Formats: sequence, C-alpha cells, structure tokens
Amino acid sequence: MTRHDKRKLTDRVMMGLCAAAAVIGLGWLTLILGALLYEGLAGLSPAVFTEMAPPPGEDGGLLNAIYGSLVMTVIAVALGTPIGVLAGTYMAEYGRHSRLTVVVRFINDILLSAPSIIVGLFVYELMVTRMGHFSAIAGAVALAILVVPVVVRTTEDMLNLVPNALREAGTAVGAPRWLVIRSVIYRAAQAGMVTGVLLAVARISGETAPLLFTALNNQFWSTDLNAPMASLPVTIFQFALSPYEDWQRLAWAGAIVITFTVLGLSILARSLTGPRRER
Amino acid sequence: MATHDAVQELAVARGRSVTRFALTDALFHGATRACAILVLVILGGVAISLLAGSWTAISQFGFSFLITESWNPVTERFGALAPIYGTLMTAALAMVIAVPLGLGIAVFLTERCPIVLRRPIGTAVELLAGIPSIIYGIWGLFVFAPFLQQTVQPAIIATFKSVPWLSSLFAGPPYGIGVLTAALILSIMVLPFITSITRDVFDTVPPVLKESAYGLGCTTWEVVRRVVLPYTRTGVMGGIMLGLGRALGETMAITFVIGNAHRISPSLFAPGTTISATIANEFTEAVGDVYTSSLIALGLILFIITFIVLAAARYMLMRLDARTGG
Amino acid sequence: MPAFAAPTDRPSKLEVRSLSFYYGRQKALNDVSLSLPERSVTAFIGPSGCGKSTLLRVFNRIYELYPHQRAEGEVLLDGRNILDRSLDLNLLRSRIGMVFQRPTPFPMSIYENIAFGIRLYERLSKADVDARVEAALRRAALWDEVKDKLQASGLSLSGGQQQRLCIARTVAVKPEVILLDEPASALDPISTAKVEELIGELETDYTIAIVTHNMQQAARISRHTAFMYLGELIEFGATEQMFTAPKEAKTSEYMTGRFG
Repeated sequence: MTRHDKRKLTDRVMMGLCAAAAVIGLGWLTLILGALLYEGLAGLSPAVFTEMAPPPGEDGGLLNAIYGSLVMTVIAVALGTPIGVLAGTYMAEYGRHSRLTVVVRFINDILLSAPSIIVGLFVYELMVTRMGHFSAIAGAVALAILVVPVVVRTTEDMLNLVPNALREAGTAVGAPRWLVIRSVIYRAAQAGMVTGVLLAVARISGETAPLLFTALNNQFWSTDLNAPMASLPVTIFQFALSPYEDWQRLAWAGAIVITFTVLGLSILARSLTGPRRER
Repeated sequence: MATHDAVQELAVARGRSVTRFALTDALFHGATRACAILVLVILGGVAISLLAGSWTAISQFGFSFLITESWNPVTERFGALAPIYGTLMTAALAMVIAVPLGLGIAVFLTERCPIVLRRPIGTAVELLAGIPSIIYGIWGLFVFAPFLQQTVQPAIIATFKSVPWLSSLFAGPPYGIGVLTAALILSIMVLPFITSITRDVFDTVPPVLKESAYGLGCTTWEVVRRVVLPYTRTGVMGGIMLGLGRALGETMAITFVIGNAHRISPSLFAPGTTISATIANEFTEAVGDVYTSSLIALGLILFIITFIVLAAARYMLMRLDARTGG
Repeated sequence: MPAFAAPTDRPSKLEVRSLSFYYGRQKALNDVSLSLPERSVTAFIGPSGCGKSTLLRVFNRIYELYPHQRAEGEVLLDGRNILDRSLDLNLLRSRIGMVFQRPTPFPMSIYENIAFGIRLYERLSKADVDARVEAALRRAALWDEVKDKLQASGLSLSGGQQQRLCIARTVAVKPEVILLDEPASALDPISTAKVEELIGELETDYTIAIVTHNMQQAARISRHTAFMYLGELIEFGATEQMFTAPKEAKTSEYMTGRFG
C-alpha cells in the first residue's frame, strides 16, 4: 500500500465514523421524540386542558398545572426581562468599555449555565424560609433568576449589532443618550431582543428543579400567589414517578405539551432573527 | 432667517429641555448600571445563601463531610462522598460518550454534509439542545431503562461474567436504572449542546486556511486533524467544558433513572445518586436542621464544582473570541 | 503653524485655535487653526487618514461617544469655546447638526424621523410639528417624493432619498452649523447631484462644513477649501484660488493627482 493509499483510507475511515456519529446521534434523538409522540399523543385529549389534576384512578387533566406554569412564567418574565434588558443596555451602551462590563459578562455567562437546582436552593433560603411556606411567588422569582442571564446575553449581543453610525446619528441630532437608546437603538434591535425573551420563556417553561422547593406543587386549583402552586414540569415529575398508570399517562401528555411549547417558542424566536446560538 | 426674538426663545426652550435631559439620563444610566451590578449580586447571593444554609452541616461534620459515604437521616450522620462520586462518575461517563459523538457530528456537518441538509440538521440539533431535561428523564424511565434491563444488561452481564475486572464493573442484577443508565441519558442530553457549540467554533476557521490546506492536497480528515482542530482547540475545549458543566448540574433527567441509592458500588449497573438528584429527591421531605443543612451543603459543593468548570469554559471561549475578534 | 484667517469679509462662525486630537496615544490632528466664515460652504479635502473627518467630529464633539479620544486646543462657536467641559453636549449638538457618510435613517417612520429631533427641544402642537416636518422635507427637496407616505418606514426609501431625509432631519432641529461627512460618497451620480444642489441652497441659512474625497465636488459647491495632510492643515483659502493657484507645493501635488 502506498503512502497515498494509506492517507486516503484513513480519510475514508475517519469521515465514515463522523457520518456514523451523525446517524447515531440524530437517530437516538429521533427515537426519543418518536417515543414522546407515541406515548404523549395517546394520553393527549381535550380533558388535559380543561380538567384538574385527578386523584389516582380517576380521569382528569392538567389544567391547574398548566395555569400555574403560565402564571409563574408570566411573573418571571415580567420580573426578569426589565432587569435583563437594563443590564444588557449598560453593557452595550453606557458601560461598553468599562471593566464592570467584562466582569458582568463573565458572571452572567456562568449564571446562564449554572445548575438550576442551585437557583431553587437560593430562593428557598431567600424567600421560603423567611415567609415560612412555599409559594407561587417564590417559584416565579426562581424562574426570573433564570430569565435574567438569557435576556442579558441576547440584549447585549443584539445592541452590539446595531451600527455605531445610528448612535452617532441620534446623538448628532442633539438627543440625550437615554433617548437615543430608547427611541433609536431599541427599535433597531427590537426583533433580536424579542427573540431573547422568547428563548428565556422556552428555557423556563420546562424547568423543574428550581420549582421543586419554591412553588412546590398543588393538587388543586389555586390562584393564590402566596400559596404553593402546581406547575406542568413538577406535576409531570410527580405523576411519572407514581405507580398509577393514569398518572403516568398524564405525565406523557404533559411532556408532549411542554415539548411542543418549547419547540414552538424556539422556532418562533429563530424565525425572528435567523439562526442564533444560545450557549 | 429667524428673528432675534425667535432665536432667543429657542435658546430658552433648549435650556429647559437640557436640564430635564441631564436628569433623566443620569437616572437611566444609574438604573442600567444597578441592573448590571444586580447580576453580580445574584451570583454573590447564591454563594452566600448556600454558605449560610450549609453552616450547620459544615460546623458539625467539617471536612469529613466530603469523605464520608454514609447518609443516614435517622442517626443524622451525613457524608457527601456517594453523591459526589455519582455526580463525577455519571458526568465523566457521559462526556466519554458524548464528546467523540458530538465532535464527529460537528465535523460531519461542517465538512461532509450536503449543503441542502446542513441547515436543517444544524437547526434540528440546536432545537434538541433546548428540550427540557424532564423529557429525557421520562423517556429514560419508561422506555430506555426497561429496554436496558430486559435486553442489554443481561447480555453484558453474561458476556463478562468470567472476565476478572469487567465482571465487577458490570455486576448484576439488571435493574435497568442505575449509574450507567443515568450516564447514557446524560450523554444524549449534552450531545446536541456540544455539537452546536463545536459547530459554531468550527465555523470560525477562516475558509482561506482550509482552502490552502486542500490546495496542498490534504484529505478532508487531514484538514480537520491538522488545521481545524488545532485552530479551534481552545474553543472546542470551552464547548466541552460547558457541556461538562451542564452534565454535572443536570437534575431531572438523572433523578428519574439513577435509583437514588446512597452508596458507592463498583458496578455501573447498580443504582447510585448524584448531588442534584439527592437534593431534588429529599429536600422537601428533609426533617431537622442537620438534614436540610447537609442537603444545602451538597448544593454548595455542586455550586463550587460547576463554577470552576464553567469559569474555565468561559475563559477558554473568551480567548477564542478575542482571537477571532467576535 | 500659521493661523489661517477667514479669507473673506463674512464674520467667522466657528474658529479653530491650535487644535490637536488624539486617538489614545496616536495623534490625529496636529495644531490645526482656521476659521469657518458664517453662511458659506467650507470644504475639507485631503487623502484618507489626513484627519479631515476627525476635525469635523470635533466640531460637535461626537467623538466623546468613545473612550480614549480627546481634543486639545480651542474651538470657538460665536466666540464660546465648545471644548469647555461645562458645555452641555446635547445643546451643542442641537446647534451643530451632522450628516454622515452612509444614510442613517432612524428605524421609524419618515414623519417620526424628522419629528424626533424637533420634539427634543420644543413643545409644539401637532399642527406645528406637522408644519415643521413639511418645511424640513421641502427644504431637503424630498417633500414631493414622500408626502403621500409619511408613515412609511424611513428605511423603505432609496439611498439618495434616505440621505436627503437625514439632511431634512438635521435642518429640522434648526441648527446654526451643519457638518457633512462625505455625504454623497455612498450615492449614485443622480442622487449626488441632488444633494450637491441642496447644499448650495442651504448655504443661504447655515454655516456648512463638508468633508469630501472628491475634489470636483469641493470645487463645485464650496466657497473655501482646506487641504489637510497627515493631521496638519496645509493650506486654506478661497476655493477658486486653491484649485487654480495653490500656494503650497503639497496642495498642488495632491490636486494634480500625484498622491492621495
């Protein structure tokens, strides 16, 4: 075998392995989604969206859990988005060249991938022990802490994409910095910033760990923010680990609801700005 | 042109606006700065609250907490060794599986994949990276674990029964759930994550660099091996570390399938536990200060481990960004 | 370096006195002195990197958006030093407007693009703002093209129209000085002609400073021309004289295309 043949063979083998990796990796993920569709669609019915979580052995749905997830997500986004947008604004505008920005970016990136269960512990110490009980608001705060780094990151990235020419133009008319940012820069970066919020919603809508000991769970319909509240992920967790088959079926149905929500949000977010990386 | 009066009037109006602007700008500037600092405060708050919460456990057990295997709520003797072992073991195994696969897929996507498929496959991988871990957990529990228990594990146990070292590594009985199952699920979870980052990193290689290598007559594999990988080494390492950070902190997928047993078994088929799974499973049911505090101490350990890994990852990715100027 | 007086009987509007400018440690302007006569067009020419744009960016202190950039010396607007620390920058910029190389319409409607600047400093009724927007658009010779689509996005206009929108936006604020940084370099010949014509009309009301790399353009539209080279002002004089009988050897070399 000549040296050339040897090199060619190595190339064939290695690239073949790479292709095999793609087939294995994607095949595996397809298997998971397939199982999810198969099991989830079987459990999916209108009742899932219209009835409360049932006691074992009875028919029911996930309405209270879906409601709880919605409420806590909305509060979390309402709390986390302004903080994230303002912090991102500092990093891309007022503090673009400051040391603080470098430090905040580093820490924010760590928060972005920090284990969410630790956020749950933090909020437990911060709110649950002080208030003396689990509550929906504590759950929302935990989720908000997960929203912040996602929004900070996308806001900074998106504002940095706005050309300096636009900042100069706004300033040259005599507009103060804040007005240039609010009326010109934010508008120019609008689509990207909305994407950030959507990605944040996608991220928190499947989060279970930070809710386990903040919002806890609730078998019943509750709108009291000061009381434990059910959420889709925690209910799925509880039902899936239970020995009851109807609960397990509902867990699958909930899983498919969450997956479609997350995928839908991600696709929507992507369609606004083209492909984006979320690290 | 305007009369003298009109100019005067304009000047007065402008003067008023300017005072208003300066105040609002100071307020807005202050608000953005405060929020930026709040990001630091959040991380600081997490560290302080974990430290405060675990103080009871730290003062009672001291350093021995780290090296004690027993976890006994009845006698209130707690040690973190089993969950630490489980966390490191599952994460390491997961990386051993996911890194070659992820790199392979990334190479395939950037070098070999037909252009038409590149976008869809790339997008699919990124979308899969966003699927919540609880989905992987529920699949692992109901589909994957039974499959392992009924077909794969008995076969492996039988195969290695008489091989000295491997027989204890793959010792029965086949529960389905356990350390290996958790690691496998983890590897599937971090796979899209590692793939999408590595692919992004590979895309930073200037085309002219690859073209000149091809111009010398290099094969695709040689270009990958000699140009792409050396050029992106820090970035790839950063991506792998990020994946590792994720694997270490992953909670729900593992909680479903690891079996939650506080002991260190030589067999990969045996049930075990990880830090996050222990916290998730036991925290709300923990009775007594020492128990709760020990669980928070586990959280602190996880926080420290992941912080170091993630900081290293970010540092590496930052160095790559500095070089490519983006 | 000799200080150049305004070679005209018009009073001086903007007077530069031994101005130096630094990007970090790098000196970009060296001891520049000249004065811009009121209500006339002054052109700044020179090879790229000569500091002509930098000089323009000192006049409205837009460089302050960036760290490590600083100016030394004096720039007097009607006798008052605008480099004075205590001066309000927003106020300064409402008196000295700027149009950039590439059109920079704000991401809002055509109407809002103009009204944005007007509302900054004046509280006017809707009807008054409408009137001012129309006047500014007419002034920039854009009114007839956009009057039926004032609510359309400023970004929907063509490049030439966008640039005239930016001029209208600048004029609407009622500045005294207008700075133009290569305003036609990104435009096609027809749009360029329109913009040049417009500059000629604006001269009756405003003091105009224009940076251009196009010498014919400078010859066509300016009364005075300043030639800069390597951060220094080489020659400043009446445009006609500069182009027909430059005093400095460097100037004539550049004019005849021997470098630059």
